[in-house]
Amino acid sequence: MDLLIQDVPTLVFVVVAVPAVLAIYIVGTEYLVRLLPDKQRPRVRPWFWVGPALLFVTAFLVLPALGTVVTSLQDHDGNFIGLVNYQRQLGDFPTGGAWIAIRNNVYWLILYTLFVLFFGLILAVLFDRVRYESIVKSFIFLPMAISSVALAVIWGFMYSYQPADAPQTGTLNFIVVNVFHQAPKTWLSDPTVNNFALIAAAIWGITGFAMVILSAALKGIPGELLEAARVDGAGELTIFRRVIFPLMMPTVVVVGTTLVIFALKAFDVVYVMTAGNFQTDVLANRMYKLLYQSDNPGGASAVAIILLIAVVPVLIFNLRQFRAVEARR
Amino acid sequence: MASVTYDHVVKRYTADVTVVKDFNVEIKDKEFMVLVGPSGCGKSTALRMLAGLEQISEGRILIGDRMVNNVAAKDRDIAMVFQSYALYPHMSVYDNMAFPLQMQHMKKSEIDTRVRNASRILGLDNFLKRKPRALSGGQRQRVALGRAIVRSPKVFLLDEPLSNLDAKLRGQTRVELQKLHRDLQTTFIYVTHDQVEAMTMGDRIAIMNAGILQQVGTPGEIYDHPANLFVAGFIGTPTMNFVPASVSDSTAKASGFEVELPKSLPSGKGTLGFRPEAVTDRVAEGSPQFEMKVDVVERLGSDQFLYGQVGGDQVTARVDPRMAVAPGDRVKLGLDTRSMHFFDAESEQALL
Amino acid sequence: MTAQAVAREEVVRAPAWSPAWISQRLQKVLLHVVVIGLTAAWMVPAIALFTSSFRHFEDINSTGWWTALAPPFKFTVDNYAKVLSSGNLGHSIFNSFMISIPATVIPTTIAAFAAYAFAWMKFPGRNYLFLALVALLAVPLQLTFVPVLKTYVSVGLVPQNWGFVGVWLAHAGYGLPFAVYLLANFFRALPSDLFESAEIDGAGTLTVFFRIVLPLSVPAIASLVIFQFLWVWNDLLVALIYVGGTENVAPVTVTLANLSNSLGQGWHLLTAAAFLSMIIPLVVFISLQRYFVRGILAGSVKG
Repeated sequence: MDLLIQDVPTLVFVVVAVPAVLAIYIVGTEYLVRLLPDKQRPRVRPWFWVGPALLFVTAFLVLPALGTVVTSLQDHDGNFIGLVNYQRQLGDFPTGGAWIAIRNNVYWLILYTLFVLFFGLILAVLFDRVRYESIVKSFIFLPMAISSVALAVIWGFMYSYQPADAPQTGTLNFIVVNVFHQAPKTWLSDPTVNNFALIAAAIWGITGFAMVILSAALKGIPGELLEAARVDGAGELTIFRRVIFPLMMPTVVVVGTTLVIFALKAFDVVYVMTAGNFQTDVLANRMYKLLYQSDNPGGASAVAIILLIAVVPVLIFNLRQFRAVEARR
Repeated sequence: MASVTYDHVVKRYTADVTVVKDFNVEIKDKEFMVLVGPSGCGKSTALRMLAGLEQISEGRILIGDRMVNNVAAKDRDIAMVFQSYALYPHMSVYDNMAFPLQMQHMKKSEIDTRVRNASRILGLDNFLKRKPRALSGGQRQRVALGRAIVRSPKVFLLDEPLSNLDAKLRGQTRVELQKLHRDLQTTFIYVTHDQVEAMTMGDRIAIMNAGILQQVGTPGEIYDHPANLFVAGFIGTPTMNFVPASVSDSTAKASGFEVELPKSLPSGKGTLGFRPEAVTDRVAEGSPQFEMKVDVVERLGSDQFLYGQVGGDQVTARVDPRMAVAPGDRVKLGLDTRSMHFFDAESEQALL
Repeated sequence: MTAQAVAREEVVRAPAWSPAWISQRLQKVLLHVVVIGLTAAWMVPAIALFTSSFRHFEDINSTGWWTALAPPFKFTVDNYAKVLSSGNLGHSIFNSFMISIPATVIPTTIAAFAAYAFAWMKFPGRNYLFLALVALLAVPLQLTFVPVLKTYVSVGLVPQNWGFVGVWLAHAGYGLPFAVYLLANFFRALPSDLFESAEIDGAGTLTVFFRIVLPLSVPAIASLVIFQFLWVWNDLLVALIYVGGTENVAPVTVTLANLSNSLGQGWHLLTAAAFLSMIIPLVVFISLQRYFVRGILAGSVKG
């Protein structure tokens, strides 16, 4: 417990000192800027303001990303070995190296993205029609607040397995046995279902996020437009298909690309629930294992670069969208 | 108190985008000058250059005798009222008005005197503690004025200050602004796209179009002697009648009638202009007359406007409101030749 | 009344007990059933956890959690007592605070200055730098771990010497692109008239920033703070890399993950521990949900 007492002053110090130091920095540089002639000031000042942010981002994101490219070409002792690390990861198609992880990331990419969008859209549209919308939305949204680790525990309990002759305490196996009269499943170790079980847990956690954004987009559609469609004689389903959905499409795309990135980076749920065993590995978890369990920074870096390459198309798409939006400003 | 001079002022954004071209105006001390023109004509840019919010590409702007091209906005001793009022939403009415004075490091007691004085003039005494969002549109507009008044600036700049008010309030505020101008005895420069505001408030009006100053003059001069076709069409509602005509000596011949002009002009084609009130049902002896086929009748109570055709041309007439006319009728109307205008076909400048 | 309004009236109100009226009523009832049913189903996993955390060890492993919802009620807080006393969960929660608070304060302050420059100052390359920042939002953090860790080890910035400083700085670096993006978007949406008016009033850059921009941006800053705090609190990966699983420094996510591995089927303790780890984020989330949602809507891309 002595650690507690010695750390609290540090915390207080940091919370007070960091903003203070930054404020002093900004005020101080402003006085330096004022020493300059009038015309020079607006040219110099912005660099002082963005400086700290650029420094941090360069130190923790840009340079390390470049460093990883280098490491991925080296062996454990720092000798350059060309593409050997990549060869080891990508050599044995379809089950060796990183291929199981890549296959699973593809599962994640497709199922996670589509189901979250589907549920998010359905819930947003349904909830929009009831008066207690904000309450039900809060419930769906609640999993957003908890960590993936806690989520993994929650779903681990949902999936828990007892032998066929014992009473089932896991919710899902109870339903399987008592409603469908099937043998209970080992959801997390049976390779035919375990990936889907993990993805389902992650979907539960993130749907609230998609719902909230889509719901805001739905509310942005002018009511007069829907009234006009009703007056024109369109049924509710037609209105959804021909008016609401097309108008929400840009938002669906934004949420979709975000979800794709989430799916590619999936880690916590896998790490806690299966640790990537039973053919449930994903790239992020494989990288972690290579780094810590196998002490193989070159291999881990190669996996990270593979992950980056997978993200690049989404990234380019995002940037295009962003510039299109900027152009309209 | 100061005059304002625009001396060959140009505003250029890129090599081929020039929004204000060779702008020359002298605004006298204590004058109420209105800059008016259609949107995008450069009037706001002209004002913003004076305020110091835009760089001046060429030429000079003087406040009094001081050239202000390179003087920071805050040091120009001007105050500006924005179209959106630009009130600081997180500050009370009092703080909004005190802010510019605090920036000048004025003494607290002096700030208080000035703010209370301004709020008394504007009738804001009871609202000093409120936030802008708890005020009506008209009250916000007055706070924006108050923020300008407290500084007792040399020049007041107003950028479409009435356009966010409803029609009734706009009428009232027009009157209040004129009264304020009289009381403050300061130079006002007022930008608007509304020709009614320009005509009713300005000591003088400067009309702009496409970055070019068209005419400067008192409301009367501009109404009675528009310098060119644009000014003639921009000022006055309903707009002036324009009829293609050809002139020889002092006779102008349009498709439906002929008119004797007060003086002879060089022969040629052009546009004959006359305001609706020159076309009346009172047919004077010896003046030109014509028959109009009426398309639309607009009764305003105090006025009645007839829109129809004379010969091959569209003409608007202002007639006695009691005259019974229906669309489709043919009516006999007379033309008052005292207020005829004639514009050159090429240059569109007024020849008469 | 406009023609549109009349027509709408017809659509909405059919005469009582007509077939159209009955079908409308049925649709309404069906809607409520679906909405409430879906929400209830969605809550099942959370209710299962919550209920089980109060059940006795023997009950959890012999009967389903739903049996506890019917009499006889046999709840207990033993699980919580045991987790807090035997495990180091209490200390982990403290560690989580130690990590999350500075890891929120540092990037938020840095981002506020940078975002203001991006939003309202002109400098060469501004748009490209901002674009690069948006691009960094999507970069997988995994890409950065090996080099940062190497650097940390070589300069001695490890938990044994510097406590949480390493993880604070890392979280600040990782959180900045989103933080700058969110705040810059908000700052940019402030009306330019305010800035021009302040300029004429004689306010300098510092005055404008501290007296106008910051007070007006409280909602945006609040949502950023909540976002970053929850993100750091709930983070497992970054903590594993830079703090590791050592008992006295592990945040609550790491401890819970360790418990999950070691306890396996010890659900009575695991459920209680999981719920304890969720309390702080749930309280923050429920009390400040409005800001959180606003943050999501303003940013809507976060790695």
